[in-house]
Amino acid sequence: MFMRQFVTKSLDVFLLISHLIITQRKFMKNTALTDKHIALGAKMVPFAGYNMPVQYAGINIEHETVRNAVGVFDVSHMGEFILKGEGALALIQQVSANDAAKLFDGKIQYAYLPNKEGGIVDDLLVYRIDEKTYMLVVNASNIQKDWDWIQSFNTQGVDMKDISDRTSLLAVQGPLAAKALQSLTSIDLAAMEYYTFTKGVFAGVENVLISATGYTGAGGFEIYFDHQHSEKIWDAIFEAGAAYGIKPIGLGARDTLRLEMGFCLYGNDINDQTSPLEAGLGWVTSFNKPFTNSEALALQKQNGVANKLVGFEMVERGIPRHDYEICDADGNTIGKVTSGTQSPSLQKAIGLGYVDKAFSKIDTEIFIKIRDNKIKAKVVKLPFIKKS
Amino acid sequence: MNFPAELKYTKDHEWVKIEGDIATVGITDFAQRELGDIVYIDINTIGSDVAEGDIFGTVEAVKTVSDLFMPLSGKVLEVNAQLDANPELVNQDPYGDGWMVKISLTEKDSAGLLSADAYQALIGA
Repeated sequence: MFMRQFVTKSLDVFLLISHLIITQRKFMKNTALTDKHIALGAKMVPFAGYNMPVQYAGINIEHETVRNAVGVFDVSHMGEFILKGEGALALIQQVSANDAAKLFDGKIQYAYLPNKEGGIVDDLLVYRIDEKTYMLVVNASNIQKDWDWIQSFNTQGVDMKDISDRTSLLAVQGPLAAKALQSLTSIDLAAMEYYTFTKGVFAGVENVLISATGYTGAGGFEIYFDHQHSEKIWDAIFEAGAAYGIKPIGLGARDTLRLEMGFCLYGNDINDQTSPLEAGLGWVTSFNKPFTNSEALALQKQNGVANKLVGFEMVERGIPRHDYEICDADGNTIGKVTSGTQSPSLQKAIGLGYVDKAFSKIDTEIFIKIRDNKIKAKVVKLPFIKKS
Repeated sequence: MNFPAELKYTKDHEWVKIEGDIATVGITDFAQRELGDIVYIDINTIGSDVAEGDIFGTVEAVKTVSDLFMPLSGKVLEVNAQLDANPELVNQDPYGDGWMVKISLTEKDSAGLLSADAYQALIGA
C-alpha cells in the first residue's frame, strides 16, 4: 500500500527533484515522530502529503533486519476511521467486497472498496471492535477520497469519525517482534493469532491497540495509539528491543518487503481503473451478499478476466520498474509492469505486472522492455518468498 | 561527504580522473548517497565512441534508475568488471573500487569540467 518508486532520467533531474522536495516539505504534514527520524539520520521524502523516512542505514540492510530480526516503521500517515452505530456493519457490507459479517470482536479482515466502474477505491483493513463498532485502516493518499466515498453510502446515520490525525501507528515487524516487545505489555504477544487484535496497556500507556498484522510477511505487530504518546512509545520500543537488534526501517524497505510477498500497493498495482479480479483479489471478494458493483464483478468472474496480475522474475539482467512494457518473444505488447525491484532476500530482480491471461501461467516466458531492449523474464508463483 | 581535490566533476554528478589520454569515470559520493543501494550497473557501450553528454550506461539502485553521461568525448575501453558481482562497491568506495569505466579520450579539453570546490558549491555541500 505504500511508496511510489520514482524513475529519474538523470542524476541532474534527481537533484532537481531533491530541491523540489525541500521546497515542498514546508507544506507537508509531519508525523509526531518526524524529529526522531531526522535525528536518526533518515532520508526524508514526501509521501501522500507527509514528510516520511524513506531510509535510515540503507534499504538492503533495513530489509534484512526485518526478515531476520526486528524493525520499526512509523506508518502514522495511514488513515483510521471509526464507524459506530446500529447500521455500521450494513454500511461496511455495502462498501467492502469482503464479508465483514464473518468478523468477531478482535478479528481483522483485509478487504477493498470497489467503485461503480469496475475499479478499486482503496484497499483496507477492517477491525471489529464490537458488534456495532469498527475501525477501518486506509491508505494515507486516499483518506479524503475514502471518507467521501463511504459517507456517500451512509444513509442510516452511522457515526463516522476520522481519527487519522490523532492516531499514531508503528509497525514492529520481524521474527523477533514478539520477544522484543513482550516486556512492554502483559498481553501474551506470541499467542496472538494472525489478523487479530487486542487493546491494553503498552509501555505504560493505556488504550493501545495491538494488532497481529503487517505488510512485510515477516510476522509482527502494528500498534495504534493516541499521537501524544508517540515519543514515549517509540523510545520504549527501542529500549525493549535493543537486545534483539531492533532498528528503524524506512518506506523503501517497506516496499521491497511487501513486494517479495506479492502484496498489492494501491497506486502502483491497483487503482481506480484496475479490476479487483484481475488483481487477484478474488479471495477477498464475497458474492454471498450484495455490495457496490457486485453484479458487474460477478459477471466478470463468470465470463473470465482478460488480464491477470502476475509475479515474475528476471531471467536476464535488468530491473523492472513501474510502467515498463511487457511483451512476448515477438515484441508484441502483452501487458505492463506495476511494481519492480531488486529483491534483497532473493538477490534477483522481481516484479508484478498485468499480462494477457494467455501469458499468466507459471513458467511462461515474457519479456520486459528496459531502455528499448527486450529482457527475458518468467512468470513465477506468488509470494516470491515463503512467509516466515 | 568526500570530494577529492585531485578529481574533476560534472554537473551530472560524475567524477573524472585524467591520466594522459585515459580517463577513469565514476559517480560522486553525493550521487551514490542520493541513489541509495546500487544493485546493477548496465554499461553496453564498451568499445564504442561516445560523445560528451551522451549516455554511456545506466545505474540501477533498489528504488531508482539513473543514466550515466560521458564527461568528455571518447571511446569506452573498459568497464569495472568487479561491479558485476559487487555493485555495492559504488556505495562503499565511489572514488576507488567503485569506478565505472575507463575512456580513451578523443577530446583533451577538460575546461568544461568542475573543480571539487565548484562541484560542492553546485550541490550545496
